Amino acid sequence: MKKEKASLAVRTKNWLRNEAYLWKRSLGKYHQLYFLLIPVILNFVIFHYVPMGGIQIAFKDFKISEGVLGSEWIGWDHFERFFGAYNFWTILGNTLIISLLSLAFSFPLSICLALVLNEIQNKKLNSTLQTVFFVPHFISTVVVVGMLQAFLSPETGIVNVLLMKLGVIQEGIYFTRLEEYFRPMYIISGLWQNMGWNAAIYLSALTAIDPELYDAASVDGANKWQQLTRITLPCIWPTIVIQLILKCGHIMSVGYEKVLLMQTSTNESVSQIISTFVYEKGIVSQQYDYATAIGLFNSVINLIVLLIVNRIAKKRSDVSLW
Amino acid sequence: MKRRRKKFNSNTVYTIIVYTVAIVAALAWLYPLVYVVSASFSSPEELLSGNVVLFPKGFTLEAYKYVFKNKDIMTGYRNTIFYSVVGTLYNMILTVFAAYPLSKKDMKGQTFLTMMITFTMFFGGGMIPVYLNLNSLGLLNTPWVMFIPSAISATNFIIMRNYFTHSISAELLEAAHMEGATQLQTLRKIVLPLSTPILGVITIYYMAGHWNAYFSALIYLSDDNLMPLQIFLRRILILGGMEGMSTGSSMTDSLIYESLKYAIIVVSTLPMLIAYLLVQKSFKKGIMMGSLKG
Repeated sequence: MKKEKASLAVRTKNWLRNEAYLWKRSLGKYHQLYFLLIPVILNFVIFHYVPMGGIQIAFKDFKISEGVLGSEWIGWDHFERFFGAYNFWTILGNTLIISLLSLAFSFPLSICLALVLNEIQNKKLNSTLQTVFFVPHFISTVVVVGMLQAFLSPETGIVNVLLMKLGVIQEGIYFTRLEEYFRPMYIISGLWQNMGWNAAIYLSALTAIDPELYDAASVDGANKWQQLTRITLPCIWPTIVIQLILKCGHIMSVGYEKVLLMQTSTNESVSQIISTFVYEKGIVSQQYDYATAIGLFNSVINLIVLLIVNRIAKKRSDVSLW
Repeated sequence: MKRRRKKFNSNTVYTIIVYTVAIVAALAWLYPLVYVVSASFSSPEELLSGNVVLFPKGFTLEAYKYVFKNKDIMTGYRNTIFYSVVGTLYNMILTVFAAYPLSKKDMKGQTFLTMMITFTMFFGGGMIPVYLNLNSLGLLNTPWVMFIPSAISATNFIIMRNYFTHSISAELLEAAHMEGATQLQTLRKIVLPLSTPILGVITIYYMAGHWNAYFSALIYLSDDNLMPLQIFLRRILILGGMEGMSTGSSMTDSLIYESLKYAIIVVSTLPMLIAYLLVQKSFKKGIMMGSLKG
């Protein structure tokens, strides 16, 4: 027993000595680089980690005059208020529906787009197509929503004008005000804006596949479809899994900037999501503590989902984030 | 013989389908952009009667004249250029300051600091604590709030760090060290010149972020003189406001608004698209390198 303790002390001492040596060597070799890191560390502490400390007001009766630390603890009151709110289930449902619907469309479609682009052998055509699908990503959300409004305006929008000319409808449809069009508009514009971008990561995974695999396969008589399912898909599978994990980690964080822009008083029953609710309660009506609690609920669920999906992926296919 | 022909046919069909899908989709992707440009050059009357479908009808530059006469848009333009240029420069400097040191595997503290940065990808204070923090720092309603708090994006940091670790030969850096170059000299004279593709890509990422940002301005700024372009675009395109654009007659106002919307979209979006097209070659390369996830 005694001997073991002693050896532990010795081990600790050795470890410390070794650490000290490594630090000294690292500081000697990299002292200039440590200086570069100072503003970086300050930035992360001041603008990321201090606000994380600010989360405590979710459990406090926050008063600006008392400050974050001085305000009184009140426990889970804000959370109970949120869970008991008359529209809690609607908001939670809307958040999940928008998020899952976009995932269901954008995730497989961006993989398909990458696969299609990968088959275009003509270099010039290929790079032109890539540019076409990439460009919308650089258009701002405000402009995309503005375009939606312009195209879909009931009297002057091109969509209604064409539909009326073709005799499909008699009167213009007020797409941007009717709740049943909110989700399709959100998803279609999202696809237009981001599908090319999302495909890029798969495209780069596809270019990493050894072309000899395909040569060998076609010598063996495999047709294109078989090459796709037997070579291409298995090769990009790890990328697909990682992307899915990352997407799941954001399942509760819908692109609220766009939702907020598309929100009107008449489509609120489908367009009110957790983050727009945080904005409304926190920034607009300045209930800081309550809004912080709602935001915390959101990000904790995100984190939990991410951990679960990562665990499952690790077990099932040996691919994971960490 | 028969089997070989069948194989040839099925592959041809496959190729035809792939090409058709790709080209049809690309045309559908392009159409909204073409329409916006055509509509911006068309006369409002033609637009209202639904005659503009693909090409401009009743060609006119009237809408553009209104855009450039508008004080709000010009203020927004000036502010956005300032935030984008200064902000991107600040982003790039700090991201290099983070990514280069932390690409050194034998540097003590490297693992801890990398984790400290990547953790912010998955968890943060949230909208309100961040807002209150900026408020207590006295940054609200100042131009600084538009770029100082968001100096480093964790994603861009990871992409750049991976590039430094994987694409720059360690022997080269070791050789420089042997010849007595300091770490900063190595960074400036060897690492940065060898990293231009990735630096270009990340510059565009940051630049697009600044150019297109509206939400931070919406919640952090209140003074109209500080507002970026996107805030004014939101007012004009989405909230339908026309202040400061009146011609005196409300009839002409609502008429010109029809083509004006499209001209504003062109004027506000074009600079970013040009910037992207200029660097897109290194862009494609850069994405591939960046995706070499560690």
